[in-house]
Amino acid sequence: MLNSMEIMETIKMISEEHLDIRTVTMGISLLSCTDGSVQKVCDNVYEKITRQAEKLVETAENIETEYGIPIINKRISVTPASMLLGASQNPEDFVALAKALDRAAKTTGVNFIGGYSALVHKGMSLGDQALIASIPEALSVTERVCSSVNVGTTRAGINMDAVAQMGRIIKETAEKTKAQDGFGCAKLVVFCNAVEDNPFMAGAFCGVGEPDAVINVGVSGPGVVKCALEQVRGADFGVVAETIKKTAFKITRMGQLVAQEASRRLGVPFGIVDLSLAPTPAVGDSVAYILEEMGLEKCGTHGTTAALALLNDAVKKGGVMASSYVGGLSGAFIPVSEDAGMIEAAKLGALSLDKLEAMTCVCSVGLDMICVPGDTTAETISAIIADEAAIGMVNNKTTAVRIIPAPGKKVGDTVEFGGLLGTGPVMPVNASSSAEFIHRGGRIPAPIHSLKN
Amino acid sequence: MRAVITVVGHDKIGIIYEVSHVLAENDVNILDISQTIMQDMFTMIMLVNTEKSEVSFKDLSETLEGLGKNLGLSIQIQHEDLFQSMHRI
Repeated sequence: MLNSMEIMETIKMISEEHLDIRTVTMGISLLSCTDGSVQKVCDNVYEKITRQAEKLVETAENIETEYGIPIINKRISVTPASMLLGASQNPEDFVALAKALDRAAKTTGVNFIGGYSALVHKGMSLGDQALIASIPEALSVTERVCSSVNVGTTRAGINMDAVAQMGRIIKETAEKTKAQDGFGCAKLVVFCNAVEDNPFMAGAFCGVGEPDAVINVGVSGPGVVKCALEQVRGADFGVVAETIKKTAFKITRMGQLVAQEASRRLGVPFGIVDLSLAPTPAVGDSVAYILEEMGLEKCGTHGTTAALALLNDAVKKGGVMASSYVGGLSGAFIPVSEDAGMIEAAKLGALSLDKLEAMTCVCSVGLDMICVPGDTTAETISAIIADEAAIGMVNNKTTAVRIIPAPGKKVGDTVEFGGLLGTGPVMPVNASSSAEFIHRGGRIPAPIHSLKN
Repeated sequence: MRAVITVVGHDKIGIIYEVSHVLAENDVNILDISQTIMQDMFTMIMLVNTEKSEVSFKDLSETLEGLGKNLGLSIQIQHEDLFQSMHRI
């Protein structure tokens, strides 16, 4: 029998410390939807998604009610869309497909659908080219579609032509959505080593190695970790790591329970639990505050990378035993605009782009939800992507860039996205040019994985 | 199914009576009950079985929440597995 202390601990985690399931994401393979006609593909895609995910939102809401644990997002990820219109080289056809995905998202009631994606780490097929060219238009005419492009892997190296193009695409997307301060860019991620089973947006897609449909779950709970660490103030790092591990175990058990239950009720196989610490802009739900609780005056100061490395590793160690299958991105997220502590630190100048880049070496995933001045050049954005991709490539991990060059905004301004996407302080970029470097093009060869140093 | 009901708030006369009355009306069987004062707050935990109840879990949950509001307390009902999975391997 459970004791009162244990029951009340769980209740407190949910009611006061923001414990929640961040997302239940249904992966749906759309490979069966291909056809010679673009219209037919769009119809097939809409039909398959709305059939497969018909009960997704309702089921997740029932689980929320019965277990009393909030499930913040219900989402869908699909096969990279660049594979679906093999015969088309026309970006407008892809925009039509994006609209079909958007309609399906609205019908099923999910708040985002991911998979308007292309994997181009070694080169681009005709479909990839057309999809990438269509991204700015697709993200400006749809509401819930999320896009991602994989430009590098540890095995293939980095496709610098794609990196250069993505700088321009991001600028164009910002321009096309300038009425909303470049909001389109918040739905666009550039990856290195993208994973096939990620449940988190904007980078979720359903890889070709996945089943026809699958349930992936992302957990959360920075507030719970922060509160647990408050109980061990002044203790050494062994105690800190142990405390985080125990907390991560409990958080992940919730994810495992919800994933299994959703999978059973929907009759769709359970894929993975993503061992994540995902912040929200709500006070008390911040990864930055965990780092500060460890003894840093402000997130971003010296010591931040070490603190984050400890946190990230302890979350994985604690979580891995709590779930039968672990995958996705698994690690602490550091999206600046979505984390109250990061917003504060960036506004004060304690947290810089360079420090964030260092932090991404030891955590999941990358430079996330970062606003930069509207006049930042496409080449500078490409160079930021290249740096981040290089970290991922060399360290055999997933890295990503989700950056918003907010039109008309300058350093010191803030960009309001609202909701879970939060508020982004505009951060300075290095003023020296990277243009010649980016204009070289070609590929950065895959790194050697011996002679480690 | 087995569920855990937690009642938290300032102590007053008749809390157990009110809660058990609602449960009886809805054919929910009480399996175990414990109460204590934690950090100056009245805390009651009930283990119940809802198998015989004809009302949906959602309705039952809303009824209890409404009762909590009337009494100035927080009342929640949650599936027992939530707690089992978090605290037992």
